[in-house]
Amino acid sequence: MTLLREHDLGTPARSSDTVVTIEVDGMPVTVPAGTSVMRAAALAGIDVPKLCATDSLEAFGSCRLCLVEIEGVRGTPASCTTPAAEGMRVSTQTSRLEKLRRGVMELYISDHPLDCLTCAANGDCELQDMAGAVGLRDVRYGYAGDNHLDEPKDETNPYFTFDPAKCIVCSRCVRACEETQGTFALTIEGRGFGSKVSPSGTNFFDSECVSCGACVQACPTATLEEKSVIALGVPRRSVLTTCAYCGVGCSFKVELRGDEVVRMVPYKDGGANEGHSCVKGRFAWGYATHKDRVLSPMIRESIDQEWREVSWEEAITYAATRLKAIQERYGVGAIGGITSSRCTDEEVFVVQKMVRAAFGNNNVDTCARVCHSPTGYGLKQTFGTSAGTQDFRSVDQADVIVVIGANPTDAHPVFASRMKRRLRNGAKLVVIDPRRIDLVRTPHVEASYHLQLQPGTNVAVMNAFAHVVVTEGLVDEAYVAERCEDDSFADWAAFVARPENSPEALAPITGVPAGELRAAARLYAAGPNSAIYYGLGVTEHSQGSTMVMSMANLAMATGNVGREGVGVNPLRGQNNVQGSCDMGSFPHEFPGYRHVADDAVRAIFEEAWGRTLDNEPGLRIPNMFDAAVEGTFRGMFVQGEDVAQSDPNTKHVKAALAALDLLIVQDLFLNETAAFAHVFFPGTSFLEKDGTFINAERRINRVRPVMRPRNGKQEWQVVCELSAALGHPMHYDSTSQIMDEIAATTPTFSGVSFDLLDKVGSVQWPCNEKAPLGTPIMHIGSFVRGKGHFVATPFVPTEERTNRRFPLILTTGRILSQYNVGAQTRRTENVRWHGEDLLEIHPFDAEERGIADGNWVTVASRVGETSLRARISDRMPQGVVYTTFHFPESGANVVTTEHSDWATNCPEYKVTAVEVRAHAREPLAGANGDGTHEDTPTDVLVGH
Amino acid sequence: MSSADLVRMANQIAANLRHLGDEEAAKLTAGHIRSFWAPPMRADLLRVAASGGAPLDTIVMAACRILDPSLGIAEPGTPLPADLDAAGR
Repeated sequence: MTLLREHDLGTPARSSDTVVTIEVDGMPVTVPAGTSVMRAAALAGIDVPKLCATDSLEAFGSCRLCLVEIEGVRGTPASCTTPAAEGMRVSTQTSRLEKLRRGVMELYISDHPLDCLTCAANGDCELQDMAGAVGLRDVRYGYAGDNHLDEPKDETNPYFTFDPAKCIVCSRCVRACEETQGTFALTIEGRGFGSKVSPSGTNFFDSECVSCGACVQACPTATLEEKSVIALGVPRRSVLTTCAYCGVGCSFKVELRGDEVVRMVPYKDGGANEGHSCVKGRFAWGYATHKDRVLSPMIRESIDQEWREVSWEEAITYAATRLKAIQERYGVGAIGGITSSRCTDEEVFVVQKMVRAAFGNNNVDTCARVCHSPTGYGLKQTFGTSAGTQDFRSVDQADVIVVIGANPTDAHPVFASRMKRRLRNGAKLVVIDPRRIDLVRTPHVEASYHLQLQPGTNVAVMNAFAHVVVTEGLVDEAYVAERCEDDSFADWAAFVARPENSPEALAPITGVPAGELRAAARLYAAGPNSAIYYGLGVTEHSQGSTMVMSMANLAMATGNVGREGVGVNPLRGQNNVQGSCDMGSFPHEFPGYRHVADDAVRAIFEEAWGRTLDNEPGLRIPNMFDAAVEGTFRGMFVQGEDVAQSDPNTKHVKAALAALDLLIVQDLFLNETAAFAHVFFPGTSFLEKDGTFINAERRINRVRPVMRPRNGKQEWQVVCELSAALGHPMHYDSTSQIMDEIAATTPTFSGVSFDLLDKVGSVQWPCNEKAPLGTPIMHIGSFVRGKGHFVATPFVPTEERTNRRFPLILTTGRILSQYNVGAQTRRTENVRWHGEDLLEIHPFDAEERGIADGNWVTVASRVGETSLRARISDRMPQGVVYTTFHFPESGANVVTTEHSDWATNCPEYKVTAVEVRAHAREPLAGANGDGTHEDTPTDVLVGH
Repeated sequence: MSSADLVRMANQIAANLRHLGDEEAAKLTAGHIRSFWAPPMRADLLRVAASGGAPLDTIVMAACRILDPSLGIAEPGTPLPADLDAAGR
């Protein structure tokens, strides 16, 4: 593919029920009312010269290049700011307009470096294009006058350079930062000749800039330019693919010169992101070619030995031989596998197939166990399907947005930008979170209510909400009568109406003032369109599943499911955690969320795979660890997961891994888990993968390889060869055949194929005969299960309690620049923004303990302790501390416990009783005081 | 898996279903364990129940009888089978 350049239509699309027809240079064109003349002309194939206009931003009308003549209209209006009106006759090319445009360009070029031939943007510069388009031949002002050619560059951002000498002050960057990203970090300082782009009066790195790249993308010149383009040159070809970071699933054009990636540019037609990105997807892709990448298979007899590089054949044979030996000695159920939420659907599908068909059991699980497994349970019980109800666009129609236990500006930044745009346009916001997340108060956005509840009291808060809705007559009776079960609604309504569920009765437990809670509940119920967005602050609790059901109850009771602008929306964390779940990476479910005990479903797979399959549920990840310590589980295949860092109670996890006779790890780098491995299969980065990811909207996006696998094989090929060595051959000629098998065996995917995805870009499942182009909004008209089911949700406090020894509650979260365990982002320049995990502690709690900002502290729970540096912050209420978990040295999971959700065993990461003590003296990093933690094997790669 | 962990998990399920009344809660607890627990875990839980030696919730005990109607429940205080010794696991 050559370089893909999307057609810039100048101004954003408008939607309207009315259309207007105008004539542009004699050519008729019909557009929705409100469309600009510029966009109408572009749609007719006539590109009016422009510099300040771009179709991702509202019209600005400053450059005066896009002037047109309109019959019956005086002067020469700007086509970008002039709406098309019925019957208009527009001329875009007249001698008068040509003279005016040349004059405008003369002014621009009189204060612009004439270094096109050596400029990094040569061939990719709109100013250069416009000079050609208007026929500029000379600049009558000359170049001797005052100018800005000596303005110093700002090279503080690790990924892009700001060169004000080249700036034409079109304000596209400022507007992109406002409209697209919503950070408002840039402004135009000064007036007239003194006008200049300023990042909050300081440099880019120290400003509020979040390095999303929207300004770089919007810039029509080389003023804001990627450092990689400056170094490598303008790219020559593009490959469309999907980001491998978070659950937003942004579509990108990977732009290359040969096989070398020059930059990643968000794709305008990306279904999830529509041309926007964040710092991770846009810039932090260098880990794919990092020197730490392991590219050859390795084996060793025991974990205290050095690794030995071997051929693929030897590694696979060794792994298969040892797996078979374990099963012969300890039984079929003594081995299992964990699939990755970072790998493609096809790669995950073959791992769960290998476990079921080659291992002969259902001991397969995925990292959703530790994040959104309660979502799967809770939404299946209430709505009948284990996934979110809306697409991201739906938020544009929301009137009230409730964000519970999520921090979208850090964890789902591109979606957060969209949400902020809707909030700036008038939607109301309720935030339910112990921590004052950025969204509570951010430029031009302020939450109407921030309910700063005590960790572990989510269900109590939701019950109080429901109490208000039911007792104050705010139930949408017509909706409930039509769409929900009468009896379960009646039981639920009676339950929540009890006095013990009132906001007043629950306030002492939740810490939320009753008046505030009542007001927030009324706001949600009033809508008219109210949407709930939630994250791991909901699910990673002992009542995670209960909380999901309570939100679903509330949404049904108020009629907020089944159309745009509403819904119950889980913000899935990882790029393919949704897909990993959809592909049946569960010990109790086949692909498509169908129980292994279901004879009819099992028969489908038995026929497809040619063998009898186990009809009993297998072991979940925490059960695998327990069984490993017990000695009954002896072998494991871990695909792209670093359980030794990410899973709770690190000591227990490491004990389990150390107890295994065989651990096979398939990954990019030697991580904490690989320290316990006997076989290492080198994996592929997203730049080498061929397959699909599924994002939080159920959107199936293509992942296309931009280079050959650096390890020599696609990951699915390795798994197929291992399966064959175990006695169950799996052969596919191409990745698309795997998707064809998924489609043939899974009704919600029956219409999906690579051909379809290449044609339409992406589809949201269910995609089948009833919905050949997918299903953006679910449960329209009726729920997947038929009638919505209400479930009473009594509040059962967690067993994790504070006491005199551990008087504080630790909760955890993510930060924008780093991602999960940091395996990818720690190997990029993103470490400049977040080089270590810090412990946020309230000023009163810090003062009581003699802790100052920046001090090293010990964080101890009943299961372990670790060391972090303190950051004094009033984001957290008194009694609650907070940290992130991106660096293995910080060992956040050394202190988290075995408590988990009652239904799914999702760990209760968000509630750990701890004490925080100042260090007597400043130690080295790490709990052992020497850069390591207890049990850290010597060959573990830590940090960066 | 240690009997202490199994007891904790089973009792937690019961605690979250107790509001449905003992009979319904026992039925749903049994259903949940049958749907989501691997056979070895179920077997170990039934042995704990049969031994009568661990603090299983009454709803869990009732659920165990649903899972295995032939389950014989020992007198409280009867020592656990050696391989289900809760101590030190």
